[in-house]
Formats: sequence, structure tokens, C-alpha cells
Amino acid sequence: MTDVRLLVGTRKGAFILTSDGKRTDWTVSGPHFGGWEIYHVNGSPADPDRLWASQTSGWFGQIVQRSDDGGRSWSPVGNDFAYAGEVGEHLWYDGTPRPWEFKRIWHLEPSRTDPDVVYAGAEDAALYKSADGGDSWTELTSLRTHPTGPRWQPGAGGMCLHTIILDPVDPDRMFVAISAAGAFRTDDGGVTWQPINRGLRSGGIPDEDAEVGHCVHRLAMHPARPEVLFMQKHWDVMRSDDAGGSWREVSGDLPTDFGFPIAVHAHEPDTVYVVPITSDSEHYVPDARLRVYRSRTGGGEWEPLTKGLPQQNCYVNILRDAMAVDTLDDCGIYFGTTGGQVYGSADGGDSWQPIVRDLPAVLSVEVQVLP
Amino acid sequence: MIRVILPPHLRTLAKVSGEVRVEVSGPVTQRLVLDAVEQRFPMLVGTMRDRRTGARRALVRFFACEEDLSNEPPDAPLPAAVATGAEPFLVVGAMAGG
Repeated sequence: MTDVRLLVGTRKGAFILTSDGKRTDWTVSGPHFGGWEIYHVNGSPADPDRLWASQTSGWFGQIVQRSDDGGRSWSPVGNDFAYAGEVGEHLWYDGTPRPWEFKRIWHLEPSRTDPDVVYAGAEDAALYKSADGGDSWTELTSLRTHPTGPRWQPGAGGMCLHTIILDPVDPDRMFVAISAAGAFRTDDGGVTWQPINRGLRSGGIPDEDAEVGHCVHRLAMHPARPEVLFMQKHWDVMRSDDAGGSWREVSGDLPTDFGFPIAVHAHEPDTVYVVPITSDSEHYVPDARLRVYRSRTGGGEWEPLTKGLPQQNCYVNILRDAMAVDTLDDCGIYFGTTGGQVYGSADGGDSWQPIVRDLPAVLSVEVQVLP
Repeated sequence: MIRVILPPHLRTLAKVSGEVRVEVSGPVTQRLVLDAVEQRFPMLVGTMRDRRTGARRALVRFFACEEDLSNEPPDAPLPAAVATGAEPFLVVGAMAGG
């Protein structure tokens, strides 16, 4: 019998939610690392019982934990995240130069094939790789030292590298996104990087279509069609059909195109999910109604999904790493809110149920399908 | 034998309960006590002091004998009562919300 495991990072610990393939009855385990901010928990596709957690604290700094038994036990691994070579400077909020300073790991992306390989996205923006199960971390320096780096500037949440997508076909190709620098791609395993922001327009920067400076909130890709990318930008939902070479807006008839997460259906590459948020100054759902929007046309035309979701007095947000899809048929969709609810749909979004209601604010949600 | 009391989160991380006891050879200073703690519990490296500069993390405090020693030079001798084990050296998470 297939099982499903949700990996939930919150402001005050990690939680692991498990169910069978019906996805109706769930067991909640946690908090793991209670009291710590858990920015992300993710599992290795190559060894699903190998899990990684980014555990962080304003008091005690950054810890990375690894589990080799599906989250029953954890051990801290290496946490020496050094900027290699000359640290350099980026722009601070006030426009003055400021040295890069490590703060935390936002996202952990395990290799699709090697359980000992994992990538980590940092604030201040940098990309790290471990090839020894997390014992040591090496910066892929050429991203941070890209010639545009001195012009990168933090978004409100910090200058974080929050999205890492490993191309499922080309092992040398990788996509990352940084707030508020934009999206970048490497085609040579991280030796060189190019900004992939052509077609983005951002009203909050002086040059609306600049090469960098865009507050990209999240990228999503369907593994069967890796040249197609979807993006939830600060404002605007975008689509690229050439691996980020150019972008076009697909916000269409969304009630607002501000938001954080974006996800693609596991079996339908043109079915996309977003959760619109009122605005950049009101980070909660519009009209006090929690609505996931689904496009079955690869963007442009969107339908609200509301069955089982609160449709009054709701003022939550869904953060960028807090939505995930499983690979079962029907595809399961999951998301966590800043109000501590985790919702799941076992029918592609047609209907939803709260899996758990009163967790700390949810920072991230990942899902694993276990044989 | 130096007695060290870690804050709850670091006790959990180090998988210890109660006091930690470490040996320090030579003068008993903040730096050498913390070096000894980190040597025994490598997972604590970087949690109390900056890994590279050795500076105290901003929201970590060091107390002993009812005194705040956080801003004392790291190589200054700790109170004799800490050196003899009569009093513990406390690593404390600063009161800062949360």
C-alpha cells in the first residue's frame, strides 16, 4: 500500500504528517526541533527515508539536520556555510554597498539520483552543494560573484536564494531564484550562470525590465517538460517556454496576481496552481476567502477552487515554499498557511480538507509518495 | 572541572541534560571554556560564537557568579569560583522575544 508523507517546516519546529494513499486520515508527528524555525524539510528522491531539515534560530544560528529513517531520528550534519574567496558586496535596502553575510538556509534540494548530494540556498544569496551527506558544504561561487551581484538587493524577507530546480533531463542544468535579484540558470553544472529575466516587468524597480532586480517569489516546472517554467513573481504570474530565455505574463483573469507559491500538477503539465494574495502591502487572501486558483491551460484562464476552504474571515498567507504536489493518481495538492493550517486535496484541487489546523505558521511543505 | 550550563535548545542539540563538565588546562577563560565545550560537542560550533571571528553571537549571553560577563574580553580569567567548579558558567539565550 502506498503511503504519503508530508514534510512541514514551521516557525516553531518541523512536523511530519503521514497517510495512506487515500489521503483522508493523517497522523501527525512532531514538533521536531521544537522552538526552532524550520525553513525547509525535504526528502531525497533517490532514498526517500533520507530527509534534510534546515533548522535556524536568531539566537544560535544555522543547523542542518539529516534523518536516514524517514524522520524518526535526526542527527546534525555540517553547518559551515562559508562564502568562498572574496566576499564582495551587494546593495543594502538603502542603496549602499554591504558585504555578503550568511544568515540562514532557506531551501534544501536533494539530488534526484544521489542521496549524498544536496544543494542549499542561502540568505544572503548563495548556492551550496554537499556531496558527502551534508558533512561539508562548498559554495558554487560563480552565482554570487556574477557581474550583476553588486546590484542585487534584498527583498522584504531578506536576500534569499529560495528556489532550486534541478533539471530532470540535463544534469548540468539548474535553475535558481533569488529575492530580489531574479531567476538564474546554469547549463554547465554551476560553473557559469546567466540571469533569465527577459520579459519580466517590475514596477518596484527604476528600470522595469532590468536584467536583474526582480522579486521572483517562486519557480515551478513539470519534470516531463523541463523547458517550460512557471513563475510567481512579486506581482505577475509568468511563463517561459524556453527554459527562462524569455517570459510572458499569464496572470489572465486572476483576481490579483500577487502571491508566493506556484505548483504544477504531477500528470498535467499545463495545469498550474497559485494562491493569490491581496497585495504587496496586504499579505492575506483577498476578500477574506481562501481560494486556490487552477489553470488547465498553462496560465491565462484560471478557476477558483474553494470547496473545503474557508470562505469568510480568513486572513492567512501561503509562503513560497509551502505548496507541494504528490505523484499519485489523482494528483494530491497540499499547502500550509501562516495561520498554521495544512490543507490537502486528493482530487487535483476540486475539494480540500484541513489535515491539521493549529500548527505554528507554516514556512514550507514538501510531499513524498512512499512505495 | 568546569561546570557549564547550556540553554535548553543547545542541550537538546548536544543531546545532554543538566550541566556539562569540561576540563580546561591553563587559565580558565571564556574562550578556553567554550573551546572545550565545542570540542566535546562539535554540533555546537557556530551556535554560541561566530565560527570565523570567534565573536559572541549577538543574542547569546555569558553569565557567572551573578555577573554578566558577555562583554568581557574572551581571554580574561573567569571568576575563581568558576575555575574551581564552585559556580557554573552559564550560556544563555538573550531575552529577545520569540
